[in-house]
Amino acid sequence: MRAAFRTGAIAAVAAAALIMTGCSADGGSEGTADDPIELTYWAWAPKLDKVVDIWNDAHPEIQVTVNKQDGGDPAITKLLTAIKAGSGAPDLIQAEYQKIPTLVSSDALADLAGTSAADVSGEFPEGVWDSVTLGGDALYAIPQDTGPMMFYYRDDIFTQLGLTVPTTWDEYAETARALHTADPSKYLGTFSSNDAGWFAGLSQQAKAEWWSIDGDAWGVGIDEAPTQQVAEYWGGLVAEGVIDNKPMYTPEWNAALNDGTQAGWLGAVWGPGVLSGNAADTAGLWKAAPLPNWGTDVSNGNWGGSSTAVTSQSKNVDAAVEFATWLNTDPEAVQALVTETGIYPASTDAAASALTEAPEFFSNQPDFYDVAAEAAQAVAPFQYGPNVNVAFSAYNDEFAKAAEAKTVDAFLAAVAAMQTITVDDLESSGFTVAK
Amino acid sequence: MTATVEAPPATKRRRGPARRTLTPWMMLAPGIVLFTLFMAAPILYTLVLSFQKEVVRGLGLGSGAKSRTFAGLENYVATLTDPEFLASVGRVLVYGLILVPTMLGLALLFALLLDARRTGAKGFSRVSIFLPYAVPAVISSLLWGFLYLPAVSPFYWIFEQLGWDDVPSLLSPGLVIFAIANIGLWGGVGFNMIVMYTSLKAVPTEIYEAARIDGASEVQIAWRIKVPIIMPALIMTALFSMIATLQVFAEPMTLRPLTNSLSTTWSPLMYVYRDAFTRDDIYSAAATSVIIAVATFAVSFFFLRVVQRRAFGQED
Repeated sequence: MRAAFRTGAIAAVAAAALIMTGCSADGGSEGTADDPIELTYWAWAPKLDKVVDIWNDAHPEIQVTVNKQDGGDPAITKLLTAIKAGSGAPDLIQAEYQKIPTLVSSDALADLAGTSAADVSGEFPEGVWDSVTLGGDALYAIPQDTGPMMFYYRDDIFTQLGLTVPTTWDEYAETARALHTADPSKYLGTFSSNDAGWFAGLSQQAKAEWWSIDGDAWGVGIDEAPTQQVAEYWGGLVAEGVIDNKPMYTPEWNAALNDGTQAGWLGAVWGPGVLSGNAADTAGLWKAAPLPNWGTDVSNGNWGGSSTAVTSQSKNVDAAVEFATWLNTDPEAVQALVTETGIYPASTDAAASALTEAPEFFSNQPDFYDVAAEAAQAVAPFQYGPNVNVAFSAYNDEFAKAAEAKTVDAFLAAVAAMQTITVDDLESSGFTVAK
Repeated sequence: MTATVEAPPATKRRRGPARRTLTPWMMLAPGIVLFTLFMAAPILYTLVLSFQKEVVRGLGLGSGAKSRTFAGLENYVATLTDPEFLASVGRVLVYGLILVPTMLGLALLFALLLDARRTGAKGFSRVSIFLPYAVPAVISSLLWGFLYLPAVSPFYWIFEQLGWDDVPSLLSPGLVIFAIANIGLWGGVGFNMIVMYTSLKAVPTEIYEAARIDGASEVQIAWRIKVPIIMPALIMTALFSMIATLQVFAEPMTLRPLTNSLSTTWSPLMYVYRDAFTRDDIYSAAATSVIIAVATFAVSFFFLRVVQRRAFGQED
């Protein structure tokens, strides 16, 4: 009886020891095919699970499960809730670049600077890499896709009216006037108070620095020369009436793209997806060109784009990094990302080899991706801050008023209001703000 | 709860008072548990949150940069002194002044017409007036949004064919409040009509017969007899409509991306939504929610006090 008890006790201790070593081995990330490391991945890119299947087939020791999310904003809100709750976060998350500072300030992301992820910096354009390091020594995500801005125009209407493709903003204004004079129902574009990311991209092109890190303080530079220049330019065109003032992504806008009322669109590289979805009847009528420039200085901005980040609750950071690096730099993975999800990859080399044939909607323009590559190379660096959400919602409210008022002064006032609201919010939260 | 459970002395007799006091508690338990979990606890948590705030140090990057502290009444003061919030309250009051009388007036009119003796196709009319209520507010706002946008609206196509070029868009800044009120009206008339109609059906017909013998016309019967009799139903629908008005959210939220005329803080609940989900500031959002809840309660209470004396005064 006693002996039996003793053996039992020894067995229990041994089992406990085994379990404990098992636990500690987890952090070192050694999965096997029989006992794989399980990673969860919150993402909203369509059909991303197909790309992940390729990884899962080749890596039985690290199995990734994609949890489809509704979109960029809901996924981040959910993640922040899980972080506050202390559990429930996935290992990996698809995070838009402008969300990274917010996530970092909530301690939601793991710092990957000490992992193998730091070795792939050379694969990405400098401006993109800056947005995942926040310009410091830490590394918070691996870039996935970018949205270099491009100018889309209706080639048929341009030919019919004898218009030339603008290469500078002065020419763009001239073209807008010529188009609207030739046919008063037509516009070359619209100023959309709904799309803060769009305006941020245009400001980025003008070398704006909306946020900056100045030692131990945040600098906010929205109400400064570059953004004022952009706002003044668009305020002028809207006041003149040659550019429309209605928001994008409305049924009205879709109809206008379809019937040629909107004969141009300042979009981004992902534009073909939007145009084919919203104006399917116009296939083959559009062409893409680089964004017009301010004078001779070639520069560009980003609208959209996202990265793959590892959350601070992940217990398998190394395995997650291995997967995220593969997903965004491996030629086979990037090729699958392009074909399945239709993104424009951030990785320069992988993009060049994966994107050879123009999108179907742009079959009339075989060099579509050459134009895109040119646009991607010209992207100016841009830093997002910890309260992008506040600045963006201020954009919606203030520029809605300005677009309705249709005066240059109202546009400049909107920029000033964005600055005040953004700085006030930082200060009231306790951030140190540089004066 | 626990106090009551342990209060009775240990079961000495099988059919003793312990059992008698325990049984009702057991029957109440599901209700109490659900109420505590899904009503009391969230309200309490909202109250707790509303007195807190998150404080960041320096750049706010990295772990431990954010901490939660007691904020006292700071969040409440911030909301009550924010011109944006006060403006949103003002807008909703105007919205209510437009919507509530129109909606209840139409609902009463339809209810009386349906109740009138000579009205035909009653079942069909009742269902078709009620049907919009079954459409979720988000869907109806999307539908109406389409109809409001001049470029895609069939109405504007007709106006154009008629040669009316300058019909203003209902989504322009001065008119957008009517655009939203119209959606509320479309969805709300049916429900209120059904409530009034049901209460009309409960009236004994002898009263009408007596009135008719006295020579009252249908209009006189409606105005002098039916309306006073269903006054309690009218008051109830008015109260519900006022509360719904204060909480208007889905309609302006859905229409917002279509126009420059609606701000992200157009109504008080949108203000709460912006704070909680766009600005990640659940503390301010909690304080504003408490303010809205208290104000709603106060308005309802005040309204009931006033009308009760007027409507039921003679019964006391």
